[in-house]
Amino acid sequence: MNDTSPMGVPATGLAQPAISARGLVKTFGKLRAVDGIDLDVPRGMIFAILGPNGAGKTTLMRMLATLSRPDAGSATVMGHDLVQAPHEVRAAIAMTGQFASLDEDLTGRENLVLLARLWGFRGRAAKARADDLLAAFGLSEAATKQVRDYSGGMRRRLDIAASLIVTPGVLFLDEPTTGLDPNARKDVWGMIRGLAEAGVTILLTTQYLEEADQLAARIAVIDHGRKIAEGTSRELKAATGSGFLHVALADVARLDQAATILERRLEHPVQRSAEGAELSVLAGTAKAANEALADLVAAGIELSDFSMGQPSLEEVFFALTGQPSLGESRKDDTP
Amino acid sequence: MIDTTSLQRLQRVARPRTPSALSNALVFGWRAVLKFKHVPEQLFDLVMTPIMFTLLFTFVFGGALAGSPGEYLQFFLPGILVQTVVFNAVYSGMGLSTDLGKGLFDRFRSLPIWSLSPFAGLMVGDILRHLIAASIILAIGLILGYRPEAGILGVLAAFAMLIAIGFGMGWVFIVLGLLIRTPTTVMTLGFTFLFPLVFASNIMVDPGTMPDWLRAFVEVNPVSLMTTALRGLMGGGATLSQVVLAMIAPVALTAILAPTTLWLYLRR
Repeated sequence: MNDTSPMGVPATGLAQPAISARGLVKTFGKLRAVDGIDLDVPRGMIFAILGPNGAGKTTLMRMLATLSRPDAGSATVMGHDLVQAPHEVRAAIAMTGQFASLDEDLTGRENLVLLARLWGFRGRAAKARADDLLAAFGLSEAATKQVRDYSGGMRRRLDIAASLIVTPGVLFLDEPTTGLDPNARKDVWGMIRGLAEAGVTILLTTQYLEEADQLAARIAVIDHGRKIAEGTSRELKAATGSGFLHVALADVARLDQAATILERRLEHPVQRSAEGAELSVLAGTAKAANEALADLVAAGIELSDFSMGQPSLEEVFFALTGQPSLGESRKDDTP
Repeated sequence: MIDTTSLQRLQRVARPRTPSALSNALVFGWRAVLKFKHVPEQLFDLVMTPIMFTLLFTFVFGGALAGSPGEYLQFFLPGILVQTVVFNAVYSGMGLSTDLGKGLFDRFRSLPIWSLSPFAGLMVGDILRHLIAASIILAIGLILGYRPEAGILGVLAAFAMLIAIGFGMGWVFIVLGLLIRTPTTVMTLGFTFLFPLVFASNIMVDPGTMPDWLRAFVEVNPVSLMTTALRGLMGGGATLSQVVLAMIAPVALTAILAPTTLWLYLRR
């Protein structure tokens, strides 16, 4: 049951995916939180589940981590059946939940030693493993501080370290950077990349398009408990259409007017960036884009910038769901 | 702060030999001990109420209730030990509710360990708490003039019974902790349920002067049965039937609530 080979080379069944799920369903009363999801995650990949709050991301992950029983469907994780062999699945995975799963009263080191002992390390070996992890995660100096005195970024690092006591086959990360400042977020991203390079399969959920774009080799987009698209970031963008025109206005007050002009000329819905002064629209050809820009100039609207390019993942999500933004939450994701 | 190379250098580690269920449980017990080290204030909560009760009842009411404070203390002290242990169980329920709210148990549940070991660990912590609190109360009693007539053996037997009582009561609050998300609700509910049991008992006064209907309740109240047995054990003259009657509630609670706990925990 134990995988003792060097990092990155699974001992058995190289061809066997890390996660394979078919028709997973989880209902809470009338709500079908997860409504028939298939998933195949190859070994060693960073795979992102992208969706807004309440889409069913956390519920899906909790099922795969044996924390919640599926109502229908089946899945194997590292070759073990989720329902038939939950203990074997647990021996092959680690999960870092959305909320720090640490004991606040204990020190960082004690938290790790506790978990190391639960995994079966004895005495000195448990302490040595805890110290190695603290060093690797830049927490050596804070080792003897109580976790209640840790910053958000330090907690998240310790939480991820706690998932690596025994190198897992699959590491589940539920919204690993939610609530972190930009520096701490970059830190966590670096950490996730490092783990993937070391051969750990990583399944992460996120509501940040940038995060999925930056980290994941494949992305599954889910909404209302269903998978609505899956592919590489490039594939998802290509499916939406490649000829996107992005314009930035010098005068934000004329945004509405500019949007109307673009929509009339290009006959596609115009999206606005969350921060304001930017518009993007599917143009199809460079000629059509050119004409649209000429219309804006003719109307006396001054542009501070424009570009042609691939759609952002945000635009992809809009095209797939008809929803303007991922940022708007519908319902809390936790059951 | 983090460089990826340090992560790659991090040795890939395979799982050591699977530890036994007992070893898992002891690790959780160690966690309870660490909590005493880091949060010693919790002992203050545990012993302040019983100390105040002991002083108040002995010196304010003792003379009126039993003729003299000294005689009353002789009657009251075993009862206050029962009360201390019963009330203390509430705090472990609160602790569990706090842990569950923070996602800590999600981590424990995703580990390949014996499912009930976190609860076994809670129990270890509880027993330590009971022993520490009961020893402090007994020490204060001894200073005030309490004398256990059955001697050291009687006191040891009484402490063993206190542990059994605490173990049985502990399940009630573990179940409440699993059912209720807010720790303060666990506390309020716990005390609402415990106050009538503790006060309508023979801990503070002999039920002889109570109206018939109340006396009928007091005589079958499990807390009274425990108190009677504990008085017997510490003062000498405990009968086997007293001890058996006192143990009915803890044994029944464990038999019913331990499986309930497992079911609730795995179902979550």
